[in-house]
Amino acid sequence: MFSFCTDPDALEGVKWLSCYLTTGKHQSMYWAVGTVLLLLAITAPAALLFGFGGATAARSRFRPLAWFGKIYISIVRGVPDIAFFLFFVIALDQAFEWVRHQVKCPDWDQEIWQGNDFRVCPEAKLPLGNAAQWVHETYGFFLAVLTFAIVFGAFAANVLYGAMQAVPRAQIETAEAYGMTHRQSFWRILVPQMWVYALPGLSNLWMVLIKATPLLFLLGVEDIVYWARELGGSKTAQFTDYPHPDWRMWYFAALLVFYLAFTRVSEIVLDKIMRRLTKGQATMGGEKQRKAAA
Amino acid sequence: MSCWDTIADYGLRSLGYGERLLPRSDFTLCQQFTLIGSGMIWNIYFGTLALVSGFILATAVAMAKAAHNPWLRKPAEWFVFVFRGSPLFIQFFFAYFLFLSLKSSYPVLAPLTAAALGALIVLFLNTAAYSAEIFFGALQSIPKGDVEAADAYGMAGWSRFRRVIWPTMLRLGWPAYTNEAIFLFHATTLVFFSGFPTTKQQGDALYYANYFADKTFNPFIPYPILAGYFILLTLVIITIFGRVNAHLNRHLPQAGRSRIRLRPQLIR
Repeated sequence: MFSFCTDPDALEGVKWLSCYLTTGKHQSMYWAVGTVLLLLAITAPAALLFGFGGATAARSRFRPLAWFGKIYISIVRGVPDIAFFLFFVIALDQAFEWVRHQVKCPDWDQEIWQGNDFRVCPEAKLPLGNAAQWVHETYGFFLAVLTFAIVFGAFAANVLYGAMQAVPRAQIETAEAYGMTHRQSFWRILVPQMWVYALPGLSNLWMVLIKATPLLFLLGVEDIVYWARELGGSKTAQFTDYPHPDWRMWYFAALLVFYLAFTRVSEIVLDKIMRRLTKGQATMGGEKQRKAAA
Repeated sequence: MSCWDTIADYGLRSLGYGERLLPRSDFTLCQQFTLIGSGMIWNIYFGTLALVSGFILATAVAMAKAAHNPWLRKPAEWFVFVFRGSPLFIQFFFAYFLFLSLKSSYPVLAPLTAAALGALIVLFLNTAAYSAEIFFGALQSIPKGDVEAADAYGMAGWSRFRRVIWPTMLRLGWPAYTNEAIFLFHATTLVFFSGFPTTKQQGDALYYANYFADKTFNPFIPYPILAGYFILLTLVIITIFGRVNAHLNRHLPQAGRSRIRLRPQLIR
């Protein structure tokens, strides 16, 4: 990257390090940080959407829908999340291919599950066999996002369900007394009020989501964990201009510091938001702020 | 081959007893149930030992964090921050490579690179940090009157801690601690998916579930089996911790007892 990097063997100390840390592969690793941030940026709203759906379903007066919502909320807490990650990535992939198979090849006569194989017609393959590399990567990333959204949607559903229950019952009763329908009182009274109750749980969930991002590695996405293992392993002069022994420990120490900084910054920001939102609220927190100011 | 033969062959496979080769084709339901169940031994091993040892350290760290002396308080705060602020997954990786480099300079420390010891140490420190935060919160919310009553009885130091502060802290923190225990057991599934390698395919429940899913390309059987085992384990933990909770609250009026509620906000 720098002009003095042309002959790595002649470099020493800081100069060597600055060249080493800016090689093409290291830049891929820095891009992988972007992948993590992108995942967070897409997953957080998606999970919130799934959570809202789950919480609404669990409150539904239509019994089967309520059962579905409650099972969705509770099954995810009973089972390790990593098992869900490993499960959904394959299951979703197969589900998509199966649906496409049914649509595109209705007169396919072979069995789809052949012993140890899952076989759909070539037109139904996802992504198509002749697709470009970036399509494969994007599809993998899309599956990862969907998996994260399903798993964390269940956690968000739990938080939102609790928040909906926490809105004082009298508020809904008043709405009903004014002649609002069930739907109106839900959208006009319950939903605007529940966010204050949900925020502590949701900010906790955000922290959990940050800490779950290294699991991307298990889903086959080339994320920072992948690159840390790849770049940290010992390299001989045969393969690279920058030979070094096994440095994976240092790479993972760097990741540790990265995540610590990330969670710390989020904590401070979320604290600020919470303080802003509780201002003037008739809750314990709001009362404390008022007293402190007076 | 009947199912009993399979259980005899693979029941203790995760510990290295019985059949050496894992099944390779014609997988039966019985094989999947047996092997995944056999893997649960490791999950229970990691979870139980880390929980028991972590409990002791957590109490100490919580007390240190509540201390006035900055020499006690600051290290405790940093310990909790480091282990709670970073993903357990990364902690496993870091610890494994740290132990590897320790092993190359001190061959005596070789056992640390095996999951049985190395991962246990990470889980122990991790759960200690999470539990310490719970206990610290409970310590802060001990009613002032309780401590004043102890003072009035002339209790101080160790006897005040042993008879008043510690039991009250446990009682207040117990519902949250139950959740921590459940999520610790869930976290044990990460061990063999981070740096720590399996020896001779002796893995935990998720390792075998993943093995079957890879071989059969059908995730709809092994993962639900794993889920069933974990739901069972969760129920056992809730029962045991519920008993302890009832014991801790035995002096309170029946209606006022705090019930354990499951709050799943504690993944690492």
